[in-house]
Amino acid sequence: MAAAVPLGCASIAFGPAAALLLLTVLAEPLRVIVLVAGAFFWLLSLFAASLLWSVSVQLSGREEPPLLPGAAAAVLLQELSRFACFKLLKKADEGLAALSRDGRSPMSLRQMAYVSGLSFGIISGLFSLANILADSAGPGTVGIHGDSPYYFITSAFLTMALVLLHTFWGVIFFDACERSRPGGLGLVVGGHLLVSGLTFLNPWYEASLGPILILTLCTGLWAFSTAGGSFHNVLKCLSCK
Amino acid sequence: MITFMNNSDSEEEPCNERTSLMSAESPPVPSYQDGRQASEAGEAQAHRKRRAGSSRSPNNAAGGEHTDSRVPVRESALENEEEELTLKYGAKHVIMLFVPVTLCMIVVVATIKSVRFYTEKNGQLIYTPFSEDTPSVGQRLLNSVLNTIIMISVIIVMTVFLVLLYKYRCYKFIHGWLILSSLMLLFLFTYIYLGEVLKTYNVAMDYPTLFLVIWNFGAVGMICIHWKGPLQLQQAYLIMISALMALVFIKYLPEWSAWVILGAISIYDLMAVLCPKGPLRMLVETAQERNEPIFPALIYSSAMMWTVGMAKPDTAARGPSQQPWDAAEDGKEHHRSPSHTDSQMSEMRSPVPTRQVASLEELEEEERGVKLGLGDFIFYSVLVGKAAATASGDWNTTLACFVAILIGLCLTLLLLAVFKKALPALPISITFGLIFYFSTDNLVRPFMDTLASHQLYI
Repeated sequence: MAAAVPLGCASIAFGPAAALLLLTVLAEPLRVIVLVAGAFFWLLSLFAASLLWSVSVQLSGREEPPLLPGAAAAVLLQELSRFACFKLLKKADEGLAALSRDGRSPMSLRQMAYVSGLSFGIISGLFSLANILADSAGPGTVGIHGDSPYYFITSAFLTMALVLLHTFWGVIFFDACERSRPGGLGLVVGGHLLVSGLTFLNPWYEASLGPILILTLCTGLWAFSTAGGSFHNVLKCLSCK
Repeated sequence: MITFMNNSDSEEEPCNERTSLMSAESPPVPSYQDGRQASEAGEAQAHRKRRAGSSRSPNNAAGGEHTDSRVPVRESALENEEEELTLKYGAKHVIMLFVPVTLCMIVVVATIKSVRFYTEKNGQLIYTPFSEDTPSVGQRLLNSVLNTIIMISVIIVMTVFLVLLYKYRCYKFIHGWLILSSLMLLFLFTYIYLGEVLKTYNVAMDYPTLFLVIWNFGAVGMICIHWKGPLQLQQAYLIMISALMALVFIKYLPEWSAWVILGAISIYDLMAVLCPKGPLRMLVETAQERNEPIFPALIYSSAMMWTVGMAKPDTAARGPSQQPWDAAEDGKEHHRSPSHTDSQMSEMRSPVPTRQVASLEELEEEERGVKLGLGDFIFYSVLVGKAAATASGDWNTTLACFVAILIGLCLTLLLLAVFKKALPALPISITFGLIFYFSTDNLVRPFMDTLASHQLYI
């Protein structure tokens, strides 16, 4: 399993993200900066969540503290940091617009929403999958203690779904914040909690991976329509007008 | 890292109507209060520099002969343009530094993760004489602090020595020193590195081939770095020698000493660059007085075409351009001091004031590069490499430190754009890096490991 599995899983998990990066983000310096800033905010939320979890471990005193509240706290903190990211980017957007010659900032808030969502997704995917990929390159037998032998491939698909979901949630979240629609916010947070909760059903992959992929698709369509897309736009784009 | 704008390149340019607004010396740099306010109107020199510098003035005629008369009209328009240019090029500069820093870190991390040699303990440098093999925590901490004190003192002494040499114009000595160190780096360290890589992958190579490869690599490196060469080749060599030096540090610095040294060096950097009597600040000011570029040596420069029709190549000052590092044995001191003196400097070159023709905008953009000292590269890579080496095989720590350093670099460049004066590049990045390292290693890792073992995603 020397190089095939990590390479394959990495391609599955990060293929869409890499394509999005190469085609849309890496050409523009400002977007790369927003990308790194988004990753920074996600990391801050992760630190806070880990801190809470460590404290709960110390307090509860058991070797295996319950993970459900820890994961829920992590999700909520991530969304909080997404909100903080929104506030910062909004301010940056206003600053850029003020400084520019024609009063329009070089990067619209929607683009920032997309790039920050993508950055959340990529860093979250990397943190979830990097160690697993490194382990998969080495010797070992998957599921030797009775766990599922499909661990690597399902992890890869879950990571891919998460990356895309974060991107979509970023777009929807920023749009909801911009237009002050708490419903959208609630649905994003709820969706994230749902996805995280569904992963608790692993290794029953039909119940966890299947719904998550369906949810990814639906969230994608929702984000597409939030960003102003529609069936007509797609047709127009395809007919190259 | 010191950032400031100066026009020293334009010193020797022949004057004609295009260059009539060029200031002959580096003007005192005004500090930006905030994006909107330009410098005070009274600073005519600064204004002249800006006026001259802007290539996007709406009133620009092709020849620029009329620029004199247009000067007062363009002032307010130019302030805005200046800000916009700063902003636009600010983001580009950040990326121009992200790429080499990332490449250097990738090289270091890839080597650390694959070549065993650089993670094996094989003795220590003489600058860190105290061993960390003691069982008691207090003793170990004390030893690492003592190591740090010795290392930093050596660095301070060498920096002051270098500043004195520069002040008393002992250029030949400095050049000789730098050439010697780059020789050792390009040949000896590359030989060792290549040997270890070949051993790791069990590839056989005979000595004649090895000699040929090392000879070519080293000779081309010396030429590129000290004389002339394609810019990208120069940059590639600088990245490689920074990576080599960082690997040496990672190998020979004991663990706790390395972290304490990183922290202490950021504090030293902060003080050396910002305090009025700091050696680096004095170096910057001396160079500004003499209107010379501060040691093109030991600085990674992303600017192209320094000499395209601009200033006459100032061979004396530019001879040792981008000189690499000393051998570890020879001088961490040599390393640190030159690296600190020039190297924590990043210059944002203001648009060279002569080209006021719109068609030559691109040339100007290319010349507007950013510089970052090789010492910064090295210590960033040491931090990330140490994270990769010692974080128990964890990739999350490496990633977190990587993001931290990039964010620190971004913030530093932002401050640079705001303050427009010499700024140290190490403190913010290293602080973030250290915080992220320790938090990730101790807090995040158990959390993520537990989640991963149950295949849970957050």
